[in-house]
Amino acid sequence: MSILNKKPERDPGAAEAVAGDELLVTGGHTFSSLTDKVSGIVEKKTPQQWYLLFAMAVSGLMVLLGSIGWLVWEGTGIWGLNNPVGWGWAIVNFVFWVGIGHAGTLISAILFLLRQQWRTAINRFAEAMTIFAVICALMFPGIHVGRVWLAYYMFPIPNQMLIWPNFRSPLLWDIFAVVTYFTVSTLFWYVGLIPDLATLRDRAKNLRKKVLGLFALGWRGGNRQWQHYEKAYLMLAGLATPLVLSVHSVVATDFATSLIPGWHTTIFPPYFVAGAVFSGFGMVMTLALIARKIYGLQDIITLNHLEKMNKIILVTGSMVGYSYIMEFFIAWYSGNEFEYFAFINRALGPYAWAYWIMFLCNVITPQIFWFKKLRRSIPVMFVASIFVNIGMWFERFVITVTSLSRDFLPSSWDYYTPSIWDMLTFIGSFGLFFTFFLLFLRFLPMVALAEVKGTLPEADPHNYHKEGGDK
Amino acid sequence: MAQIFPQWTNKAPFVVLAGVGFSLVVVVGLVWYYASPWNTDVGYRPIQPVPYSHKLHANIDSLSLDCRFCHTGVETSPVAGIPPTQTCMNCHNMIKADSDKLALVRESLKSGTPIAWVRVHKSPDYVYFDHSAHLTAGVGCASCHGRIDEMEVVAQAKPLSMGWCLECHRNPDDHLRPAGEITNMNWTPGANQAEFAKKQKQFLDIQAPITDCTGCHR
Repeated sequence: MSILNKKPERDPGAAEAVAGDELLVTGGHTFSSLTDKVSGIVEKKTPQQWYLLFAMAVSGLMVLLGSIGWLVWEGTGIWGLNNPVGWGWAIVNFVFWVGIGHAGTLISAILFLLRQQWRTAINRFAEAMTIFAVICALMFPGIHVGRVWLAYYMFPIPNQMLIWPNFRSPLLWDIFAVVTYFTVSTLFWYVGLIPDLATLRDRAKNLRKKVLGLFALGWRGGNRQWQHYEKAYLMLAGLATPLVLSVHSVVATDFATSLIPGWHTTIFPPYFVAGAVFSGFGMVMTLALIARKIYGLQDIITLNHLEKMNKIILVTGSMVGYSYIMEFFIAWYSGNEFEYFAFINRALGPYAWAYWIMFLCNVITPQIFWFKKLRRSIPVMFVASIFVNIGMWFERFVITVTSLSRDFLPSSWDYYTPSIWDMLTFIGSFGLFFTFFLLFLRFLPMVALAEVKGTLPEADPHNYHKEGGDK
Repeated sequence: MAQIFPQWTNKAPFVVLAGVGFSLVVVVGLVWYYASPWNTDVGYRPIQPVPYSHKLHANIDSLSLDCRFCHTGVETSPVAGIPPTQTCMNCHNMIKADSDKLALVRESLKSGTPIAWVRVHKSPDYVYFDHSAHLTAGVGCASCHGRIDEMEVVAQAKPLSMGWCLECHRNPDDHLRPAGEITNMNWTPGANQAEFAKKQKQFLDIQAPITDCTGCHR
């Protein structure tokens, strides 16, 4: 057996090497076994579950396209909108999807700056999830007036009507915030992918080698390239960090700058950001648990990783719960009877069912993560993460619909009921999301290989001349 | 390791990026110019059922009829109005009563079916436009319709686009004239136009024209 075919083994002394920390990657993986593992996912035969899921996702996408087609043909009358409730599920879904997108940047940028190395196991697909969620989100403002051919109004393009975007409108800030977010997230994701694409390229042949080579931008892994690369990555992380806070703050101003009771509150921006990170982690958790199971990534995304994510879910969930309660306090403390009514109406009015679903899912559910046993139980966290997603959707529903349906003037009150097309559009947006996501899993390395390798003891330059590793 | 791509590909991304950027600007520019009513609508000159000549009837060197002789509603209603056949026949039962060109007019009078004139100046149904408001403020016919008195067959002279409307709504001073000159096709602003416009606005107590969306889209 030649030395080239010999499977490298971990140096027994190296396990303790990373500054006394426990290893992030379990299962005795080495550089080359990690490469084989992660690259193998896209190189080997696709598991049958993937085809099943992809068929479902594409069916959902077709439902979405059908619903949008019918919307364009017939107009927003197919939705359940009525006179006081002019913002229905389209806006609810927009905020929901933008919120989902927050986990990616938080994991990739903020945790990067804070040197939380455990992020490396999940950052690649959390970023991918961000991008696809933001695509789903951006779709809704595009279709929500039913006139998709006027979507260009959102951009400052010269036109014969002399119409320019209104800079006093938070809806315009939205476009800038979300598009910036999308651009920076995509750049960040792509920059992170370059070394891994090069790894795949070097393992590929023929056309596949050329295509991967095109996107690897000539990466050779030289010392100088790494220096530039890490600087670029650091700068992008710095750029992306304020975006984590700004995007959902701006989305919150869509509501907060209006005068509708229940919307017009200063707590909205931070409260939205906490909720966004909360929902984003819920979604990352759901996806991570499924992908980890199907692709056998238990060594890379370990229970320790999942436990850390559950802690973040607990923290942000508690922040969201605090906001809910604080809103009530301020509504009472303000002495404003409309504000007071808006919140009593939320909890006890015709939408009380939605409010309490939201409250149970978002405030009560994460509290189970105070217990270590539950924090480390896969079935528990899977169910909890789905509850988080449901709860956060209902949060947006409660905020948008309850305030609009009962505003200042009782004679204009009306109850909003979604139509079948509202529901199909929402279900369809999941089809769009999962179509993208499954394609990503199929064709790109779903774990940031180069970064995960950086957390192995062998990546430490001093590893081999430490005690126990005399090489 | 052998290179996968030749060296010139180093430059390719920049060329592609620059090309995409340039094409975007060009496409926006082309649409902005060629798809605007300046290009698509100005000069629209449909064939009318009767060869009626505004040049003959309205020009100062010819018959010099006032616009309001036929378009009677222009000062009092949103629409200027197309004259009924009877208006034509007021004169033409005496003058050129046997002209071949007027055969359709006579037939229309006999049968009671109006002549199907083809509309030249169209505004979309989501635009609220009122002729009387503009005339009362002192905007002359020629400001929007051009020199109708020089047209054998009426053509659209201005784009009637939203941007074109807004240009005047934002700065109407050059287009205001004394009430007596409203239908005068030969009127041109004098040297003291700015002063006149100021006085006119004070006199009529008109505010700046509406530029809110709801001014026209009600």
